Amino acid sequence: MRHASDVILTTEALGKSFDGLRANNDINFTLKKNRVHALIGPNGAGKTTFVSMLIGRLEPTDGAIWFDGKNVTEMPAHRRVAQGMGYTFQITSVFARLSCHENVALAARRRLGRNRAAVDEAVARALGRVGLGERAEEVAGDLSYGHQRLLEIAMGLASMPRLLILDEPTQGLAESEIAAFKALIRELSSETTILLIEHNMSVVMELADEITVLNFGEILAHGTAAEIHANPAVQAAYLGTETADAED
Amino acid sequence: MTRKDLITHLGLIAVLFALHFLLPTYHHGIFARVMVLAVYAIGYNIAFGYTGLLSLGHAMFFGAGMYGMGLAAYHFAIPALPAWLIGVGCAALLSLVVGLLALRTQDVSFMIVTLMFAQAAYLIILYFSEFTRGDDGFVVPSDMRAIGPWDLSDESTRYIVALILFSGALMISLWLVRQPFGRVLVALRENEERARLLGYDTGRRKLASLVISGTISGAAGAAYAGLFGYVGASFAGVQYSIFALLWVLLGGAGTVLGPFIGTLFMFYLIDLATEVTEAYMLIAGVALVLLTLFAPQGIVGEIRRRLWKDLP
Amino acid sequence: MDFGPYLMLAMLEGAVLAAVLALMASGLSLVFGVMRVVNVAHGEFYMLGAVMAWVVTQFMAGLGGGAAVNFIAAAVLAPLIVGTIAAAADITILKRLDYDPERVIVATIGVLYIIQQASLMGYGPDAKPVIAPFNSRIALPWFEFGEEGFQIYFPWGLSTTSYKLFVIVAAVVLLFALRLFMTRSRAGLIMRATQLDGEMATAFGIPVERVYAIVFGAGAALAALAGVLIVPIQQAHYLMGGDALLLSFIVVIIGGLGSLAGTVVAAVIIGMSDGIISVFFTPTLAKIIATLAVALVLVFRPQGLFGVKSR
Repeated sequence: MRHASDVILTTEALGKSFDGLRANNDINFTLKKNRVHALIGPNGAGKTTFVSMLIGRLEPTDGAIWFDGKNVTEMPAHRRVAQGMGYTFQITSVFARLSCHENVALAARRRLGRNRAAVDEAVARALGRVGLGERAEEVAGDLSYGHQRLLEIAMGLASMPRLLILDEPTQGLAESEIAAFKALIRELSSETTILLIEHNMSVVMELADEITVLNFGEILAHGTAAEIHANPAVQAAYLGTETADAED
Repeated sequence: MTRKDLITHLGLIAVLFALHFLLPTYHHGIFARVMVLAVYAIGYNIAFGYTGLLSLGHAMFFGAGMYGMGLAAYHFAIPALPAWLIGVGCAALLSLVVGLLALRTQDVSFMIVTLMFAQAAYLIILYFSEFTRGDDGFVVPSDMRAIGPWDLSDESTRYIVALILFSGALMISLWLVRQPFGRVLVALRENEERARLLGYDTGRRKLASLVISGTISGAAGAAYAGLFGYVGASFAGVQYSIFALLWVLLGGAGTVLGPFIGTLFMFYLIDLATEVTEAYMLIAGVALVLLTLFAPQGIVGEIRRRLWKDLP
Repeated sequence: MDFGPYLMLAMLEGAVLAAVLALMASGLSLVFGVMRVVNVAHGEFYMLGAVMAWVVTQFMAGLGGGAAVNFIAAAVLAPLIVGTIAAAADITILKRLDYDPERVIVATIGVLYIIQQASLMGYGPDAKPVIAPFNSRIALPWFEFGEEGFQIYFPWGLSTTSYKLFVIVAAVVLLFALRLFMTRSRAGLIMRATQLDGEMATAFGIPVERVYAIVFGAGAALAALAGVLIVPIQQAHYLMGGDALLLSFIVVIIGGLGSLAGTVVAAVIIGMSDGIISVFFTPTLAKIIATLAVALVLVFRPQGLFGVKSR
């Protein structure tokens, strides 16, 4: 066992360089089970690089990733998902020409295989939880942007991950949709571990049990919402980029 | 598979069986040929239509089946059925090797790599002309063209054997696309990265798709040699790769019935054109341009879009 | 003939092929570099150039022009005509496909057959010659260290023609001009800006659509020019585009897609080795080796042998 039983994921001195440019540097990160853990930081802090390495879309330049007691650093993305990681894309990436049902069924089927009844049930439940139960037969590409984001989350739910990585899930959602999203995450936090990459501070402060702040590709701070809120280094990092953040 | 699916596709098979008794000799012969070539198109459609792998080299799989079967019968006096199996085996093996190499590339590179492999295969046939009879090709010995008591050069037997082969390929492709495996292939076509992050080993599934596709194409090539008795390099040339693309595009890529419809239409169109001009491939060129411009869904694809949403 | 002179002859033939290939392939490379699409009909533009050269020289001969004048007219008019046809194809077909790489390939396969079959209908199935503007035989010297020491002599059969040398020189000059045009001129700068980022170029007021049509036409014109240059040596035939297309694919891929310098280097290597390999092997075997080599380059080194990884 590489880590304590209440830990699901750790990274050791994880780093990534692009053509000599250091995007992530020496990140030692620990994710505890059944928590909502938020990853925040100004634009260009290396958040997406970091989660891309966690899920296996990018290969780290150095360091190691441990998931549930296994070293997954060299493991291809699809096997990490089979091990229990789930990932929703920052830029909506549903199967635009397939129905919502089929989108979610593709996620459920990898786990449930040929058992059609079980797949249908899992799809109905996942779509129901994000509030798209009525739209199962609609073509995903015809949904509004907000609904596509929710469909993306339903796909994540249907694969029943032990760790669900949500990359900017509330981007482009309306206020009412964000409220529903918060309720959903609170509900989920009892069943699974959630790593939330988020810009919307009210969402982060309300949901996160723990927060890690990235800045210039390194961990700047780590703690509870209150601790982060009071941290002068975090305030300084954000002050410099606040205007840029407000724009997107 | 739903009942509606079954009725539609078994219905087509029943119609083709009825046509066996109704068609005049000339068209009877054309239909037998079209059914075998449609099997080739069905194979191509699994890679191109369902998985999104645009290959420009499928003639090498058709040719592998044809030459595997033909050479076995010609040089080693192996009878039709085992020779056919040898042909199918050759195509399966070739598609596995080509797949392992070519699938390391994507999109445009994949097309060019498959084109190059097919061109090399075609040139290899020409180069070993002492064994393959090169450009001239050869006639499959008539005593090898029989399955038990049935003489494959007999027109009636030929039609029925072609129909059996076609029915098999059609039902396999219908079954395949309704399977979870087939659904994943469609997911790969639509958004490969997303499918990978749903936990599917996309590389392995693309390879499986290409091998199934190449094997079915090879089964058609091998059957063509046995049924029509001629083996020639032109069947392995680039034009035959493009024919597969053309038939599937015309009929509707990613539809089960499309390959047959496309092959039938184009075969008759080119047959008519040859009576008028020696530049009959002009039809193919114009069709390719018009299809990409105005009807990328093809005939059956348009029917599905407008009239019948869950047509497979 | 001894082996040495024989090899030199093969290299000379190879150099002619390399020159024509470099011109043609740089057209393909230009189109891919700027527009990111593969033009499968490129070989047909080459064929059309050769056929147009025949048409123009026939027409001029009817007016009573001499061989040199006729040829110059062909060298100017044929690329212009072919370039215009290609630009029209770009506007009517490629533009409507939004330059989607896969659909462009399928559509240009269609264009390939349309041009090829239309030529069959209009021009006929026979190969027809064009007379070279000048074609004097030049005997080439060879040397050896024999019993009488170093000596230079003219072996029988070791010769080339002034026209072949002209083709080599013309290709070198044209390629240099193309390079200067792309790196120094404003139009070249615009093309390269479009290549880097189409959307950005639009934002800066560059008429991207027009640039694309011109680039596609220019690429085809380069192929046509190669066709004009080769036709006094090879004759014009409606099926000559197929092999030429394959060879230019090989050159462009080995040189690295979209890199002009790499294309030229690769053309020299392929042209020369084709000439030399055909001395030792049959042409079919040489082609098998070349096509397989290209497939494997794409599989294992997609940036080409001389290209650098773009990202």
